[in-house]
This record gives sequence, structure tokens and C-alpha cells, in this order.
Amino acid sequence: MMNMHFANEQEKMLHDINLLSFVVVELNLYLDTHPDDRNAMEYFNHYNRMTNQAKKEYSAKYGPLTISCADTSECSDWKWALSPMPWEGGCK
Amino acid sequence: MWNYEKRLQFPVNITNPNAKLAQVIISQYGGPDGEMGASMRYLSQRYASPYREVSAILTDIGTEELAHLEMVATIVHQLTKDLSMEEIEESGFANYYVDHTVGIWPQAAGGVPFNACEFQSKGDIITDLVEDMAAEQKARTTYDNILRLIHDQEICEPIKFLRAREVVHFQRFGEALRIVQDKLNSKNFYAFNPGFDCNECKI
Repeated sequence: MMNMHFANEQEKMLHDINLLSFVVVELNLYLDTHPDDRNAMEYFNHYNRMTNQAKKEYSAKYGPLTISCADTSECSDWKWALSPMPWEGGCK
Repeated sequence: MWNYEKRLQFPVNITNPNAKLAQVIISQYGGPDGEMGASMRYLSQRYASPYREVSAILTDIGTEELAHLEMVATIVHQLTKDLSMEEIEESGFANYYVDHTVGIWPQAAGGVPFNACEFQSKGDIITDLVEDMAAEQKARTTYDNILRLIHDQEICEPIKFLRAREVVHFQRFGEALRIVQDKLNSKNFYAFNPGFDCNECKI
């Protein structure tokens, strides 16, 4: 993971989202069993905001990652269906 | 209620198909310690949890297991994509191919179909959490076994990620069990069926 080479900006953005989302998942699970840990909650808020922002930016450029990011006002087609499925491999 | 996120939790980009390995790795899709059983186990068990933190961890780990199920399916899909008929016959994949072509179907490496008997939902939070801790270890062992069989980095990386998640989930379930034991009557530390018998234990 250290020497990552990205074919394009989309791949780099998706990589960042994967990293940020992973931190959020880890903090989410940790907080479930440590619901009074204020420090962990601060970390959670910080990384959750970053993750949401990164997903919003990605979705605006390359199609929605979640249905809540789907905004068709500047699109001529339904990108939620037409963007590649995650099992296709790579960023096509 | 769930929402789908159109990305994998960890990237899977396999360029060399390998039907032999696909037949082994599919066990973590629908085998005895696979991700399908894991997700259904935790999501089914959470209703009988008397404590909200424990219901939360069962919900969130059960949800993460669905993301793992998708990763394992992706690995199998990419390993079996664009196979020639020759490769299918020579790799021993013909037995799977005859029933499913190269579609994804939940079965163990030995061909046994997925079965809900791979997991329990016993209505007793201590019983369930002890099973969950064992389940995470069994899944980790299976991933260790898979890692000894594969040498292709493109397959190893996502499998190593999945293996590491079993270790984290084991830890979180251990903490959940500790929460349950701490909240029980101290005379009843090794309690049996706390959620069913003990009204004082509720939330």
C-alpha cells in the first residue's frame, strides 16, 4: 500500500475514500463497545466529516457511490446504474 | 434498513484467472466459516441482545460482513472470468460449471451448499457471543489456510485484509461479552440465559 501508483485521479480519489471509510468503520466498531470514549468520538467526527466530503466530491465527478449522493440535475443519464459495478476491477 | 455503497471495502483487481483457487476461496462465500454465515449469524442474533451496545456491535459487524461477502464474490468472479473450456476441464472446475456456469453460488470448497446450520442464533447473549468469538477465529484460520495456498499478490492482499478484520471482530466481540458479564448480577457472572430469565438485566 505504500508505493501506490494511480492510473488517474478517479483511482486516487477512490483510494482515499477507501482509507477514510476504513478509519470510520474501525472507530464505529470501537465506539460500539466504548460508548463513553470522548477522544474516540472526536476522531470519529473528524474522519466521518472528511469521508462524507470526499464521497460528495467523488460522486459529483464520477457518479454516485451511494443513492443519497445521486444528483441528476447536471447529468443526462442515470449514473447510479450506468457507472461500473465494483466487481469489474479497476476504474473503468 | 440498509444502503448500498457502490465500492468494495478493499480493492480487488485480479488479472490472472485461476479456477483452482476460485474453488478454494468460494468457501469463504458460502462455506462453514464463510462471510454469508457470519453476516446472517450476527444480524439474526441481535434481536435477543438485552444491551444496546451489544445489539449495535452485532448490527455493525453483521453489516461489515456483507461488504466482505461482496469482496469474496468479487475475487471468485475475477478468478473465473474469461476461462476457456480447456481451463475449466483441466482445473477441476467442471463440476461447479455444469450447475452454475461462472455465476456466484454459495457453497463450501468441497461443494456442500450453504446451510443455515453453519451458525446458531440461540436467544442467549452469552451463548451467542461465545459462538461469535469462535466463529471469528474459525474464519481467521480459514483465511490462513487460503494464504498458504496462494502466492499471487493480487489475491493475497484482499485476503490478508479480510483475515485482519476477523482479528478485530474477535476483539470487539470479546469486549461485548465483557459488557454483558459486567451488567449481569454479580452472583450470576457466568449466567445462563440472562436475556430470558432476568428482567433486571434489561438495558
